[in-house]
Amino acid sequence: MVYLTRKAEFSASHYYHNPDLTPEENRRIFGKCNNPNGHGHNYTLEVTVKGDVDPRSGFVVDLKQLKEILNREVLDALDHRFLNKEVPEFFTRIPTTENLAIGIWQRLAPKLKTAQLHRVRVYETPDLFVDFYGEA
Amino acid sequence: MFSASHRLHSEAMSPEENQSTYGKCNNPHGHGHNYALEVTVSGPVDERTGMICNLVDLDNFVDREILERFDHQNLNTLAEFTGEVPTTENLCASIYEIVQGGFRHARLEKVRLEETMMNSFEYAGGAEIRR
Repeated sequence: MVYLTRKAEFSASHYYHNPDLTPEENRRIFGKCNNPNGHGHNYTLEVTVKGDVDPRSGFVVDLKQLKEILNREVLDALDHRFLNKEVPEFFTRIPTTENLAIGIWQRLAPKLKTAQLHRVRVYETPDLFVDFYGEA
Repeated sequence: MFSASHRLHSEAMSPEENQSTYGKCNNPHGHGHNYALEVTVSGPVDERTGMICNLVDLDNFVDREILERFDHQNLNTLAEFTGEVPTTENLCASIYEIVQGGFRHARLEKVRLEETMMNSFEYAGGAEIRR
């Protein structure tokens, strides 16, 4: 079993707000991130897949296909978007980096055929990242 | 870090299949990468030294057995790749086997090999990698 990690970058805006909380609670919990006009990040995404090396090709996965899936399913949907307003899973879920990692996992896992998704890592800034391994 | 060239081409495939499988990497003249290598070892901390193993021993081993062997080489010309395509998957596994077979001062956990800033590979002898 070999693990392959592909990196990608995207830029998006978001804000944190829970409609079940009062405006004061939202401000207290989410601070600057509660600004309804949104703010942006340059996200770095690392997608790790695992599988056995195909003895004929020497590949664990066709990187060209993986790139196409990543572009189509994730980057086209998230890059240069306002996550709260343009990405359906965040109409109701708060687009924290935690939920972003889960959302990206859910977009990718059903589309991967030859290798298995192992980890989604999302850097919100160089100092902060979230790992998701697919647990419920 | 080491720099090497390779060409991805399988004798078992037709020219068309080689082209469709490997794309630009099938260029007959080869191409090169700067590979960044990470070797992870584990073990109890020695009470006398406060170390898992002496880093000098690990450095010397990697210099002698890995960098001397692969740096500034054409991977396709090396013995381990006469019957195997030198993909980074296979190179990562080859490096793991060399360290596993020769380094005695700590337990090898995994080898991680970056082919480019965007692509990297990890191998732990076929085992699941611990988080």
